[in-house]
Amino acid sequence: MSMPFYVAVDQQMKDRADFAQKGIARGRSLVAVEYGAGVLLCAENPSRNLHKISEIYDRIGFGGVGRYNEYDQLRIAGIRHADLKGFTYSRDDVDSQALANLYAQIMGQIFTHETKPLEVEILVAAVGYRPEGNRLFHIRFDGSVTDEDGFAVLGGEAESIRERLKTSYAAGLELGAALEVAVAALAGPERTLAAADLEVASLDRMSEGRCFRRLDDDEVAGLLGPAPASAASVPDPSALIDPEA
Amino acid sequence: MTLPSFSPGDDPGPSFTGLLARLEFPSGIPAVPAVASGAGSGGPGHGLDVPHGTTVVASKFADGVIMAGDRRATSGNLIAHRTMRKVFAADRWSGVAIAGAAGPAMDMVKLFQLQLQHYEKVEGHALSLEGKANQLSQMLKGNLPAAMQGMVVVPIFAGFDRHRGYGRLFAYDVTGGRYEEEDFVATGSGSLFARTAIKLGYSDTNSRDQAVDLLIRALFVAADDDSATGGPDAVRRIYPIVAVITERGYEELTDDEVAARFDVVLAEHTSRSNGGGVAEGSSAS
Repeated sequence: MSMPFYVAVDQQMKDRADFAQKGIARGRSLVAVEYGAGVLLCAENPSRNLHKISEIYDRIGFGGVGRYNEYDQLRIAGIRHADLKGFTYSRDDVDSQALANLYAQIMGQIFTHETKPLEVEILVAAVGYRPEGNRLFHIRFDGSVTDEDGFAVLGGEAESIRERLKTSYAAGLELGAALEVAVAALAGPERTLAAADLEVASLDRMSEGRCFRRLDDDEVAGLLGPAPASAASVPDPSALIDPEA
Repeated sequence: MTLPSFSPGDDPGPSFTGLLARLEFPSGIPAVPAVASGAGSGGPGHGLDVPHGTTVVASKFADGVIMAGDRRATSGNLIAHRTMRKVFAADRWSGVAIAGAAGPAMDMVKLFQLQLQHYEKVEGHALSLEGKANQLSQMLKGNLPAAMQGMVVVPIFAGFDRHRGYGRLFAYDVTGGRYEEEDFVATGSGSLFARTAIKLGYSDTNSRDQAVDLLIRALFVAADDDSATGGPDAVRRIYPIVAVITERGYEELTDDEVAARFDVVLAEHTSRSNGGGVAEGSSAS
């Protein structure tokens, strides 16, 4: 008869956390920045189709980094939760905090009880009717939640990006300025990121109904100012096939 | 409320109604208890006077489609509501108009809107226009047991097909049968009159203004001959809802614009009404 080896709980948790962090560190980062007219979500993402940023509800957006299939499942669960809640009660009753708590619950549960923890970090961003009403909930692989103010950073390089944002971020920026701050922080001093490397969306405070809006490459390039010549003017074939994308 | 998650085999995918069914949620489609006998015969409601919405119309024009609906809901011989909305945006590029039992119809619209939006959010892109039309058809099918007992809902669906680049119109029957219309369609109690009125002025090259005028006239004519259809109400300033759907998306006309157009129609009818034409008694309905 064989006995399983005893592993101390703190060692077990540390191993799991190391594992999850390693997985997350492989992916690229995402930032959310509050600006004057809403909340900007910006991720480094060369893929056009595997989104890191998505719409959850009228005033709630979602960001995920790490393993795509895992955060995408969480994203869909969030949409289902929000739509069901809005259907049962009213559209005004869908709130970001309840959603963040549910995410925390499920991610914490998986971290302690499942064989493999989730290798993701997610962000629940909500735009308020006034700037004080904005919410940025950052939920980590172990289910810990932080309520961030002004900006939030997710991903492997979060620490250095956060340091850069601390010096460059100011409250009440214009959309373009906020995007520049976000992109500069993501890129760091040694790199530049073009529109095609980015996935950008905003939650516009003043929109009626659905506030979430994706910014396409042209718009991002326009907001970032004159782009390097090589990155511009390649027609996007997907625009011809799928006009609704 | 929990965070719904499913095993891969059970996953309802992007369908919101599928999600409701998986969770055994009381869905928006009303479940009417079976009535022992006599169900399915007799008139709408079987003496159960639920509010009924009446005439809605839609027509193509040069740049897309236009939908319009009066504002009256009737319950037997009474006016139940004067400001009921029967034309709704289904999403940014399409609209749905309803006639029939008001409660189930509004539930169906709400669920339909949610279904389209849910799909779009989960999948990352919207359904095709045809896909949307089919979704509505399936909802009607789900409503059939209720329809057999008098809770009939008959919608019109119209939208701008962004793949093909033109506006399209779909009519339905109670069983969920879906009929694509090439030119115009009307449904509800006053639809017979409205359809005839549209037929006389329809052309697929109509401009936006011509098409709006045509639908407004059609509703006016329907209100003139059908007591369940509401005409323009200048006293309370209640006017039909008119929505234009083009490649720019779904837009509703303001009440002021509709009112101004009705003034023209009314003036025309008044000037030639000595022979007892349409204008008699309908201008202040």
